[in-house]
Amino acid sequence: MKDGSVLEMRNIHKSFPGVKALQGVDFTLRKGEIHALMGENGAGKSTLIKVLTGVYGKDEGEVSLEGKGAISIHSPQEAQKVGISTVFQEISLCPNLSVAENMFIGRTDGMYQNWKKVNSETEKILKSMDIPATATQQLGSCSVAVQQMIAIARAVDTNCKVLVLDEPTSSLDEQEVEKLFKVMRDLRAKGVGIVFVTHFLDQVYAVCDRITVMRDGQLVGEYEIKDLPRPMLVSKMLGKEMDDMSDIHGEFQTYKPEKGVAPVFEAKGLVSDAGIKPFDFHINKGEVNGFTGLLGSGRSECVRAIFGADRVTGGKIKVKGKEAKISKPIDAMKNGIAYLPEERKVDGIIGDLSVRENIILAQQVLRGFFKPFSKAKQYEIADEYIKLLSIKTASADTPIKSLSGGNQQKAIVARWLFTHPDYLILDEPTRGIDVGTKVDIQKLVLKLASEGMSVTFISSELDEMLRTCSRLVVMRDRKMVGELSGEDLNQNKVMSTIAGGDK
Amino acid sequence: MSKTNNETSFFKKLVGQQFFIPILVLLVLVVFNLIADPSFFKIAFGTNNAGNPVLSGSLITILDNGSELAILAIGMTLVTAASGGQDISVGAAVAIAGSTLLRVLCGSNSRPDELQAPIIVAFLVSVVVAMLFGAFNGVLVAYFKIQPMIATLILYTAGRSIAAWINNNELPIVPGETFTYFGGFIPGIPIPTPVFIAIACIIIIALVLKFTNLGLYTQAVGINESASKLNGLNPALIKVASFVILGVCVAVVGLIKVSRISTINYSVVAKDIEMDAILAVALGGNSLAGGKFNMAASIIGAYIIQFLTTTLYKYKVPADALPAYKAVVVIILVVISSPTVKDWFSNLTKKLKVKEVA
Repeated sequence: MKDGSVLEMRNIHKSFPGVKALQGVDFTLRKGEIHALMGENGAGKSTLIKVLTGVYGKDEGEVSLEGKGAISIHSPQEAQKVGISTVFQEISLCPNLSVAENMFIGRTDGMYQNWKKVNSETEKILKSMDIPATATQQLGSCSVAVQQMIAIARAVDTNCKVLVLDEPTSSLDEQEVEKLFKVMRDLRAKGVGIVFVTHFLDQVYAVCDRITVMRDGQLVGEYEIKDLPRPMLVSKMLGKEMDDMSDIHGEFQTYKPEKGVAPVFEAKGLVSDAGIKPFDFHINKGEVNGFTGLLGSGRSECVRAIFGADRVTGGKIKVKGKEAKISKPIDAMKNGIAYLPEERKVDGIIGDLSVRENIILAQQVLRGFFKPFSKAKQYEIADEYIKLLSIKTASADTPIKSLSGGNQQKAIVARWLFTHPDYLILDEPTRGIDVGTKVDIQKLVLKLASEGMSVTFISSELDEMLRTCSRLVVMRDRKMVGELSGEDLNQNKVMSTIAGGDK
Repeated sequence: MSKTNNETSFFKKLVGQQFFIPILVLLVLVVFNLIADPSFFKIAFGTNNAGNPVLSGSLITILDNGSELAILAIGMTLVTAASGGQDISVGAAVAIAGSTLLRVLCGSNSRPDELQAPIIVAFLVSVVVAMLFGAFNGVLVAYFKIQPMIATLILYTAGRSIAAWINNNELPIVPGETFTYFGGFIPGIPIPTPVFIAIACIIIIALVLKFTNLGLYTQAVGINESASKLNGLNPALIKVASFVILGVCVAVVGLIKVSRISTINYSVVAKDIEMDAILAVALGGNSLAGGKFNMAASIIGAYIIQFLTTTLYKYKVPADALPAYKAVVVIILVVISSPTVKDWFSNLTKKLKVKEVA
């Protein structure tokens, strides 16, 4: 590896009202390396990247590129011009334009454009990066993964010296991640410095050369990957020695259901308009089960059908042994079911409303239009849950969108806990949040179950599911293909069931 | 040192408030009038043509004529918050509501000698009609997902013709004194009745916002429809409800407008009032893209617009030229309250502070 640094950030400070987001952070990126930026939510990774790319101005500090002295970047366009490109977790392209238009938008010189040339150039790039799309295809018709790849293609297609990838893999499945890694390695070979922000430890060790760890807005340190084994990385991120994370099951007693009690929820031949095959499902009191399967296998659609989030087109439902009808979310809520949706930003938070209003919302809707909680009561509730789930927020009145991802998620969990459900559905509650909060949420699930709540837990990370669930429903191609429990609950068995056609 | 800190933070808080810009504008208008002609603020006590004691003066005129705008601003704020768009048909809808009112009061004869129905009945009928037209707009927006401005363009175009058709294109005149009370004075009370009606509407909406979840639901739907749905709300219903509430406001305004002249002029009544109502919402610092709203700020915005209009009239600006003058003021307001200027301003104060320290 060459030692020439391509990017140096020195002593970066940035404050927001009430929060010191960055305090004297240094960051060095060398030519041709993939550098992981790790830290819990709220550690300041996103802020650092936004300062680097000109989204935020910095309060203090210096950024220099290729040792050419300090530069100041005021906007993402300026950043792009000097060779810093960014791909964010949320795709920021225009879904109603073609792939080629998206690749070249804003970087054509002058008013005139030879679209033929643009299209053929785009085709070339797509081919070279092995992206399954055509230049004239409308972007919105590509899968999320392909869109993500196109966003990367767009980012590196210029005189890119520094490429920032902010959690690009959170919506990709394994094969797609592999493809992305190949692209990253190719770019590394070309001498591009890559900053890689992710929450997946496996991915860090699969592809990165160096790790910079941040915590609470401060730099913890920069390490070569071989000097920092996994447990040490985790303990650096959390700032404490970790006990073995894998053994949280033993801390909580399994709930002992009384015999002869009907399941909390039971469905026969349930089907929705989201394209899943009819499925049977039940959950007992105090049980933790989960839906597993590859991305797009229909696991989310199943729980959405249970909650009435998609239009239910058939099937019979029993709640605690009694027949019930759930056609829309409010029906499910009235039957004691709560649902934390997969897409936190799209379906979960009400961004401009305060943490307080976000927490009380579901229960408030259940209580009814004419019975608002008094302000005092609202604060009491909000403060209680902020403390209970240790949500990091300046106050109960802070707009939820200014919280970090993990804390937003905790607030949404609080919202549903406050409805005191019998049956809690958590769809990817740990996606895109830090290790500490992940463990918190897993522990919370087991604690709730030990108190008699039934929980359905969905996660892309299999070990997380194996750690928490006592029964797994396996989905493949929008169809329920198996159910595993007891002895069968191990990685190999689950994998082979997901893959199918074994023996 | 700590004192100055407190002061700056207080100043910052003040500038950060949503009320800051509207109140500032109001102050500027007040100061301008004080300097140019202090008699602007004189309130005289006299008798009107009917021999009733009345208060008169520019301030009374503002409160009186601002009533309609303030009432409409209430409904427009809710529609804006829930749907992220505006209803541009309110002027036409006021004509329909007013025409309905006349039709019930006068019956088929356009020059009756006495009222053909009690005023309360006529008013309630016009409320129902206005609510139906509101629901029509709301359904187009909420269920057919048509952009609010396009959806309400239909009624904007057709509304005044419908209003004329309701009365066979005649201009009925309401007989008797009683009906004029709503837009004029109740004998013995020197303050114009529309002021009381506006205050009543403001109190009602304040109570509704306090004792129901209208505010929370409307904002939630306006900010994130899909998340609201998963919290058990019915976003479409809430959007329709906001348009229906605006319908009620429209009917109240129709009553005042018709009562002011005891008849109606289909093409002129409440003309362009929708633009002023939208402006009131924007002046109050509310986002026209929907979501969070501040009702009080919208209402203050409405009175500021009336203050401005009255001021311009006072200085003999002809009615035709009025919109041009208003536009100038609006441009200034919109620019100074834009995020760009706010950022620039806060940077400036920061720099000044640094200089002071040095």
